[in-house]
Amino acid sequence: MHTAVNTLIHLLLTLLLPPLLLGVINRTKAFFAGRTGAPLLQPYHDMLRLWRKGSVFSSTTTWLFRAGPLVTLAATLAAALLMPLGNQPAPLAFTGDMILFAYLFGLGRFFTVAAALDTGSSFEGMGGAREATFSCLAEPALFFSLVVLARVSSSLSLSGMLNDFPPAAWFGSGAALLLMAGALFIVLLAENCRIPFDDPNTHLELTMIHEVMVLDHSGPGLATVLYGASLKLFLLGALFVHITVPFRSGNVIIDWCAFVGAMVLLAVAIGTVESTMARLRLTRVPQLLVSASLLSAFAMLLVLRQSP
Amino acid sequence: MNTFADQLLVLVFLLNFMVLGSSRIGIAIRVVAVQGMVLGLIPSLIHQVSPHLLLISVGMVGVKGFLIPALLNRAVRTVGIKREETPFLGYVPIMLVGAVATALAFLFADKLPLAPQHKDLLFVPAAIATLMTGFLLLVSRKKAISQVTGYLILENGIFIFGLLLTEAMPVMVEAGALLDLLVGIFVMGIIINQISQEFSSIDTSRLTSLKE
Amino acid sequence: MISPILLTVTGILLAASAGIPLLVAGNPAKGQKIAATLHVLAATAGVSGALAALARKEVETWSIDWGIPFGPAEIGVDPLSALFLLPIFTISACCAVYAVGYWPAEQNPESAPKLTLFLAVLTASLVTIVIARHAVLFLAAWEVMTVSCYFAMTVGGRRKEVRDAGTLYLVVGHLGVLALFAFFSLLKGATSSWLLPGAGALPATSPAATAIFIAALAGFGIKSGIVPLHIWLPSAHANAPSHVSAIMSGVLIKMGIYGMVRAVSLFTDIPFWWGVVLLAAGIVSGLVGVVFAIGQHDIKRLLAYHSIENIGIILMGLGVSLMGSSRGMPALALLGTAGALLHTLNHATFKSLLFFGAGSVIHACGTREIDRMGGLLRRMPLTAAFFLTGAVAICGLPPLNGFVSEWLIYLGLFRGIIDADTFNDPYFALAAPALALIGGLALACFVKVFGIAFLGTPRSDRSAESHEAGPAMLAPMGVLAAVCAGIGLFPQAVAPLLETVVRSLDPGLAATGTTLAGHASLGMVSVVSLVLLLLVGATTLLYRHRLARSPVGVAQTWGCGYLAPTARMQYTASSFAATLVGLFSGLLRPHTKTPLIQGHFPKQVSFRSHVPEALLEGFYLPLFGLLNNRLSLVRRLQHGRLHLYILYIVVTLIALLAWSHFRIRS
Repeated sequence: MHTAVNTLIHLLLTLLLPPLLLGVINRTKAFFAGRTGAPLLQPYHDMLRLWRKGSVFSSTTTWLFRAGPLVTLAATLAAALLMPLGNQPAPLAFTGDMILFAYLFGLGRFFTVAAALDTGSSFEGMGGAREATFSCLAEPALFFSLVVLARVSSSLSLSGMLNDFPPAAWFGSGAALLLMAGALFIVLLAENCRIPFDDPNTHLELTMIHEVMVLDHSGPGLATVLYGASLKLFLLGALFVHITVPFRSGNVIIDWCAFVGAMVLLAVAIGTVESTMARLRLTRVPQLLVSASLLSAFAMLLVLRQSP
Repeated sequence: MNTFADQLLVLVFLLNFMVLGSSRIGIAIRVVAVQGMVLGLIPSLIHQVSPHLLLISVGMVGVKGFLIPALLNRAVRTVGIKREETPFLGYVPIMLVGAVATALAFLFADKLPLAPQHKDLLFVPAAIATLMTGFLLLVSRKKAISQVTGYLILENGIFIFGLLLTEAMPVMVEAGALLDLLVGIFVMGIIINQISQEFSSIDTSRLTSLKE
Repeated sequence: MISPILLTVTGILLAASAGIPLLVAGNPAKGQKIAATLHVLAATAGVSGALAALARKEVETWSIDWGIPFGPAEIGVDPLSALFLLPIFTISACCAVYAVGYWPAEQNPESAPKLTLFLAVLTASLVTIVIARHAVLFLAAWEVMTVSCYFAMTVGGRRKEVRDAGTLYLVVGHLGVLALFAFFSLLKGATSSWLLPGAGALPATSPAATAIFIAALAGFGIKSGIVPLHIWLPSAHANAPSHVSAIMSGVLIKMGIYGMVRAVSLFTDIPFWWGVVLLAAGIVSGLVGVVFAIGQHDIKRLLAYHSIENIGIILMGLGVSLMGSSRGMPALALLGTAGALLHTLNHATFKSLLFFGAGSVIHACGTREIDRMGGLLRRMPLTAAFFLTGAVAICGLPPLNGFVSEWLIYLGLFRGIIDADTFNDPYFALAAPALALIGGLALACFVKVFGIAFLGTPRSDRSAESHEAGPAMLAPMGVLAAVCAGIGLFPQAVAPLLETVVRSLDPGLAATGTTLAGHASLGMVSVVSLVLLLLVGATTLLYRHRLARSPVGVAQTWGCGYLAPTARMQYTASSFAATLVGLFSGLLRPHTKTPLIQGHFPKQVSFRSHVPEALLEGFYLPLFGLLNNRLSLVRRLQHGRLHLYILYIVVTLIALLAWSHFRIRS
């Protein structure tokens, strides 16, 4: 009974919360810019409106172009079933699910990039190339962090790693975990194409990564793309929040509220980063990603050294 | 307090990577300054506070954190160079080499016959890794100012080794080392100016033309 | 129950006879079809033999008294042989069927009979290798495999490129055979028999064992294409007819893996460093293979480099397994070997599928250059769908089979990270992110191939007029794609097979009570994969429902306001890979010719880029050139005068006689 309710909350939050994060980020950026900004629920409104609109397809595209956003969304939703939220185990938790989690994002990326190449546009090809290049450089950083988590929690499942993540670990190897959190934050920003990697609001195709890949999507397809992207931000954000806010009260309701609060705080943090930093030159992006890998590798070294 | 000092040393490692990965000379100077200050604080954390220790700490923070960076910044302003444009080895490869050197430092430190109370601390790996970072900078960078930062980091590495012995180290030795450093920076500052006037560049790879 | 060996030998005979009909038949088309039928029959017999061998408890062996001085030969189908028989028979049958469409005998009256003959001999020799239990039989079959594959790959080509690739393959292959001679001689020294000993029969602690391991690593490593012994592989795969490439990449290089698994299974008390060597070789091969693949514009060369990458992944699994068994961690031994063996099967499936796909594309476009293709999905929808299946599978993405085997290897690595003293043995912790990087790079590479070749608009007239492949070419692809999906969606079905094989290799494992089900919940992977399919179905239905109720327009691709985009403006394979090639330029040494653009109205210029086989051009060729210069004195021994050659023999004989005389004296 208890589990069923928690699973229900998990599913509802996964389906409903992601666009709110975008709203919070935009509101934060508006605050820094001295504007009032759009209402918090604006992203929901945008997505619904797009969903109801008609579509325009490029004459060069095939079924793959339409399938791209759908497969990406499906893969992200499947990954959502593996990610524990609010100190509750995920609906599907088993040994080795963290690898499946990471590879499901890979599947999504494959189809997003393939859909971009299907338009035959040089801009979208460029965006696809950047996405494929940068995210494969982010992969080692994520896996070094998974190694650290596995080692600290002695668990091989995301639910075990994140729920049994001992808050005491922060006292014992705080510096190492801080490094790992830093690396994960960089991965979070890079995978979701936020500043300093990509500017989601830029209007120049040449400088875009994610937005330029989805230029030709319209109507319900574009709504799917936007929703899938916000869901990805939500999931990677949840991973980050579980590590940085290892708050356990034991009370289910308080834990859920704390989780939602922490996610909103994360969105504020992302908004702050976006308001205070400039986008990196593209040639510097690989360097930052390699640095993230080194940070997490170094964190791994420290953690391995500590626990014999 | 040793564990807290350990966490500070992690910062020292990070600063090593920052200086390896940044192309701006201004950032490199600031990073070296911060590293010097962090190292200046550590002696008072790990040993019994004594006037001698306080003197070393204040001296370190003052000289490495403020005086030397100010001198270097002035040199940067006079020669008007902000970036290391074309190092011998690119920034990503040098960071990877630095990472390998750091990992080796850990493995090597594990094999050293250290006193048991120092065995689990980060001092020795940090010292070796910082030394290696200094060497890497000296080897890979062309501009004279970048080389000075490399030299400073090298000295920081030696200082971390010394931290384990600070109590046994007479204040005069420490003060002498600092003075040496200061004089060294002065001399280098003058040389940098001379090079830049002679060759209208501070590229040390151009010094080969002095061979004849 | 019918004997597995009998079925397998029937398979060999059927496959070997498949070369004959085309040689004697009056009607070439009919002869080729009979050959394909014989291959399919051979596969039916062989696969059922292999499955029967996996199902039964005891291993059956036949002794053949063949009257040569090395003692009676032995053949047997144990679980390991049976596991390798599955891809050999399946892929060769698929190749034979594919050849009917790809290399039709009416259009190639000259080469088709030869090709069919050598393919048949190749299949028979491959099967013989995995069932041989005797050194001489093994080496004889190995030699037949090497040579028949050489003839099959060079049969169609009079071009210099093809002949060079063939010569390189033959030379390097025979260097490998030399190492195998050493391997078997050393083994004879250890066991005093030319028969292969059983699993765990020899202690691995002696220096002789180390020598055997190194000889096996060199000999089998050359065949499987481990970096830096891989130099023959890319050009051989690229220049062979596509179905020969498929059997080479899918099965032939796996004989190296078979040999290595067999060789290490002979030992007990394996030292830790054997595992480290295999793991390190795996990581290096994986990374170097995939990085070189990214730089290629030739679809078959690219696939060939991916074979190196996948061999690397397989070796990583074997390394994990050896490290686990030497540290007394049975779970690692089980997960590593199971992952490696499953990846061997999986790679055979999806790589053959991809080579078949590449063959159809080359057939249709008349070029191997990806940058001249484009928009093929519209004209070759089925080939595209099958190629996409293979591409997703080889990237190790769920819900297909590549993920399952990589996942098992990951589980082994992570289990090692948790259980081992990881600071002193940091190999597991470094290998997991390396495997992730390999996976990410493979994804970038395959999205490039698929996107540039099949999507967008055609970049050349030939690719605009391309046509879908015939049923004979599509059917094998369909079968292999179905296998990819089947193993991916229901991995728990293959688990018992893998478990049987791993237990036969490591007799001590059964006593520890370690089971695959206890360490890898393959059932849950299956659940997630099915949920994923369900979600794709659900979102598709929802989307189509929505699309049907809203206006749909058709327009040009958005070109930033530019209204006359041409096919030449599309991103090409080279531009797609440019950033990654730049990042790894220290390893790849790309040749680029960047034109100088001057003036306000520059003349037409062209840009060229090419990623060569850097290790061959930068290391081996200069090395051999140097050796050639230094050893010119030795060359005087080769002068072409027959009577002097006979003199060599006489001198050797006399020396041997004298030596034996003095030896018997003392």
